[in-house]
Amino acid sequence: MPAVTETIETVQSVAEGGYKWGFETDIEMEFAPKGLNEDIVRFISKKKNEPEWLLEWRLKAFALWKTMKEPDWAAVNYPPIDYQDAYYYAAPVQKAGPKSLDEVDPELLKTYAKLGIPLKEQAILAGVEGAGESPADGRLPIAIDAVFDSVSVATTFKGRLEKEGIIFCAISEAVQNHPDLVRQYLGSVVPQADNFFAALNSAVFTDGSFVYIPKGVRCPMELSTYFRINAKSTGQFERTLIIADEGSTVSYLEGCTAPMRDENQLHAAVVELVALDDASIKYSTVQNWYPGDAEGKGGIYNFVTKRAACRGKRSKVSWTQVETGSAITWKYPSCILQGDDSVGEFYSVAITNNRQQADTGTKMFHIGKNTRSTIVSKGISAGFGQNTYRGLVRIGAKATGARNFTQCDSLLIGDQCGAHTVPYIENRCMSAKTEHEATTSRIAEDQLFYCRQRGLSEEEAVGMIVNGFCREVLKELPMEFAVEAQKLLQISLEGSVG
Amino acid sequence: MNAMSNNAEAFLRRAEALATPAWAGALRRQGLDALAKSGLPTRRAEAYKYTDLSPIARAEFGAAPAALARPALPAPRGRARLVFVDGLLRADLSTLPPRPLSDAAAVLGTVENSAVTPVAALNAALAEDGMFLDIPAGEQAGLIELVSIVTEAAGPIAFHPRHVLRLGQGASVTLLETCQGPDGVAYLHNPVFEVVVGEGATCAHTRIQQEGGSAYFLSSVHARIAAGGTYDNFTLNAGAKLARNEIHAALEGPKAACHMNGAQLVGDGRHADSTTFLHHAAPDCASRQTYKTVLAGRSRGVFQGKILVSQAAQRTDGYQMNQALLLSEDAEMDAKPQLEIYADDVKCSHGATVGALDEAQLFYLRSRGIPEKEARAMLVQAFLTEAVDGVADETCRAALDEAVMGWWREMAA
Amino acid sequence: MLKIEGLTAEIDGKQILKGLDLEVPAGEVHAIMGPNGAGKSTLSYVLSGREGYEITGGSVTFHGKDLLAMEPEERAATGLFLAFQYPVELPGVGNATFLRTALNAIRRQRGEPELDAMQFLKLARGRMKELSMPEDMLKRGVNVGFSGGEKKRNEVLQMALLNPSLAILDETDSGLDIDALKIVSDGVNALRGPGFSALVITHYQRLLNYIVPDRVHVLVNGRIVKSGGKELALELEAHGYAEVAA
Repeated sequence: MPAVTETIETVQSVAEGGYKWGFETDIEMEFAPKGLNEDIVRFISKKKNEPEWLLEWRLKAFALWKTMKEPDWAAVNYPPIDYQDAYYYAAPVQKAGPKSLDEVDPELLKTYAKLGIPLKEQAILAGVEGAGESPADGRLPIAIDAVFDSVSVATTFKGRLEKEGIIFCAISEAVQNHPDLVRQYLGSVVPQADNFFAALNSAVFTDGSFVYIPKGVRCPMELSTYFRINAKSTGQFERTLIIADEGSTVSYLEGCTAPMRDENQLHAAVVELVALDDASIKYSTVQNWYPGDAEGKGGIYNFVTKRAACRGKRSKVSWTQVETGSAITWKYPSCILQGDDSVGEFYSVAITNNRQQADTGTKMFHIGKNTRSTIVSKGISAGFGQNTYRGLVRIGAKATGARNFTQCDSLLIGDQCGAHTVPYIENRCMSAKTEHEATTSRIAEDQLFYCRQRGLSEEEAVGMIVNGFCREVLKELPMEFAVEAQKLLQISLEGSVG
Repeated sequence: MNAMSNNAEAFLRRAEALATPAWAGALRRQGLDALAKSGLPTRRAEAYKYTDLSPIARAEFGAAPAALARPALPAPRGRARLVFVDGLLRADLSTLPPRPLSDAAAVLGTVENSAVTPVAALNAALAEDGMFLDIPAGEQAGLIELVSIVTEAAGPIAFHPRHVLRLGQGASVTLLETCQGPDGVAYLHNPVFEVVVGEGATCAHTRIQQEGGSAYFLSSVHARIAAGGTYDNFTLNAGAKLARNEIHAALEGPKAACHMNGAQLVGDGRHADSTTFLHHAAPDCASRQTYKTVLAGRSRGVFQGKILVSQAAQRTDGYQMNQALLLSEDAEMDAKPQLEIYADDVKCSHGATVGALDEAQLFYLRSRGIPEKEARAMLVQAFLTEAVDGVADETCRAALDEAVMGWWREMAA
Repeated sequence: MLKIEGLTAEIDGKQILKGLDLEVPAGEVHAIMGPNGAGKSTLSYVLSGREGYEITGGSVTFHGKDLLAMEPEERAATGLFLAFQYPVELPGVGNATFLRTALNAIRRQRGEPELDAMQFLKLARGRMKELSMPEDMLKRGVNVGFSGGEKKRNEVLQMALLNPSLAILDETDSGLDIDALKIVSDGVNALRGPGFSALVITHYQRLLNYIVPDRVHVLVNGRIVKSGGKELALELEAHGYAEVAA
């Protein structure tokens, strides 16, 4: 007990300035007027030069949203959000398609440099054509779509990917260039009226990534989107759509940061994944939105709807998330296992520190025969953080032979935080089997002492034990991300636990 | 919760017509307020997501007949018993002199909270009778039976007995509760227990619910356990068309313990729900829960179990397991185990499984010459063992085994 | 190098060490023997700085510094190593990661350069070979799923890598078969030299056949009641603590 107390104190003493991505970029921006109404929806649609059907789609979503109530069932508390007191469109003023580094706004370049994206990639991010297409180390690069506030500012490696028939671009661009695909799949996994935040997103989404992997293609590189909220009083509403056609494979990474501000900013994203026969999608997130300060002032409200449809036989979707940021996280990446023998996976690490609150988990809908799902959730609470795992496993009457295994572990650091587990298990199929296990504990004194006897400081010891606790999840991340995620855990612990 | 306030209207009207015994005054007001405000919960209420009470809200229940029935009673098992027939405590059939509930004023309505437990609110509004069992400090009361029987002649009555069980410091009692009634009569049994376990006292409470196949059973047990005290509850949910059984226990003093075990045997056309709420409010307490549900035919089983650990409850040791066995293609099990933890020095875990009988085990038994029916019975029996083993008292255990075998015979027939 | 004077300590208000005096010069191996409950494990925990023990009197100097004023990790960096009687499991923490982090933490505090992964692996593999340890032990979680013997060997491996100036071996022989005992003892003996001292805490004389001590001390009821050469261990084995201590 005393050792833990000490750890917490040590940690708190270094907590100040723990968030290293909290700077703000001073850049000329274009805003839509503050507030939310039909005109704003029309403004966004017009700005994006959208076809009529998409405007109608947005307006329908907006009409539905107005009839809906903000959900109150999650174990999170926050003052009412004034949806009229925010900007729904903010974009850096930029000349289209800069041809050289010199033409890119130097402030944008600096931003990506500060975010720690390597120089070569930085050139790519700024939209310089041809840069980094053949990396010297022979390793395959990562293609990146960078979303800055409301718009995608650059997408890299498009040429390389096009050779394989892969489409990777901003969704606004896909609306222009691949309207049939967008129209066919948009809203097919998360309908407009799915929930309050999804309806809001459907009405005002501004950008996000679009991915299409053609039949039989194994995507040759990791695809990644880097989300950055920069502007003040701005909501970010991105929409991502990934379609993996028959027999294709893709791994997609998502990262996010925001400046430190006293105000709360809303991030309400929708991600839809579609996997057809024998297709496989791996979707990894490292969520590091600004979490607010030690007193709970500021931070991002992260209200996100992520869902995958495993439509095809033997299709597979694997969600991996490391949630270290945001003042509030409300997020349940889910899988609808329609195809026979399809597989859904959810691996999650969520850390809440200081006054952070997280209510996160997954839903696995078993519809097809012999569908399988695995859920591994690791929650870490420190400071005054509240961390809830909320999950649903539903086995339909026709899902014969379905299997689910769920493991939820919570770790408490300090006696002011909370850890909660709320699983729902609904099984209406005799030959299906569900197993759920959950544990809650804290770091054992003898583990801490053992590490310290070997020369580790308390902070290092706590960090190492927490990393060990999360190992099952971290090993699911792609290599580059895993290293970053481990560092991030350590930093989050510094800023909150140790 | 914004449930329709009028779905309990029939009950409210009935309450108005009731004579109010002196002990019930405050309680009734409490219950009526809650019922008038919120009605019976609908499935929109989170706690009733899986159990639909609307058949009860819609049903018409009558009053008990004036003529006192004299049904055949089961052979006595304990040293003494209290007998309820058609909802009324019958001193003439009981072997323990009943104590009036007016003596229990200090406890009545203080352990349960009608405002948050609709099942208890309904009882509070309509309770007309009940038992008060008061075991003074240091007394080892042995086995006492509480028998409830509904007669065919009574028809579709609704009764809401309010039971109070109080154990003084270091006292102990074993309470064996049985509930029975005729098939084919749509009556409602809505018992509520308020249990106060004193310091170092021990209460073992075994409940065997075998209500008739058309009956409704809505029950809640509320227990407060003081330092060093132990409350053991085992509930067998084997009867009624729709059974909802709630157990709420609060560990209020250091080193208190609570065991909540149970089995639900759910036949064709039935619905059984066990909902537990365990509050660790003091340090160094331990709790154990094991619930097993067996589902046959077109049936639905529900288990909801929440463990709440308050910040003061350091060094809590909490464990919960619920498992369900689906014996039919038409059965459904819904489970919602839940941990809510605000203390850091704790060890809490829960587990939940739902599945069918293990075909490999079945085959193994059959390959050794055991007929399939018998093999299935053996495996179901084995499945239940872990929960049933929690009942230490031999008499209670024998009664339980008998009830399980009876259910199984009916099922297999 | 290690000097303990009049050390008294209690746990939960119960006095365990009752004025213990002991001196271990550089380069010497001392054995502490005593019956159950004499305070052997308490001594090893108090020296390494575990929480929960209250030092009520006396002093301990280590390399001339006040040992009792140091945090556990400072003691480790100063050269003190405790081989645990019951090594702790760290689920999910790889043995290699753990060892390298510990080694580098100590090297950092000693002002030595840190080792990168390759340098570390080379060093570790060499030491493991000497200890006849299978290489896959590096990949496994720290002590997770290790047999009793493997855990003790892992302790000796850590000792070999961290290169302490004082090793405290707390009942390292318990639960070891004769082969494992030999490997562990060889590991300790390999470190012997002018810069290495050890405090071998044991209940039985058996271990001292393999790690031959320079001095033997008898710990009874929180005090050293008798000290002598290595032959004292045999005497204890033959006659029991009661008689020797009397």
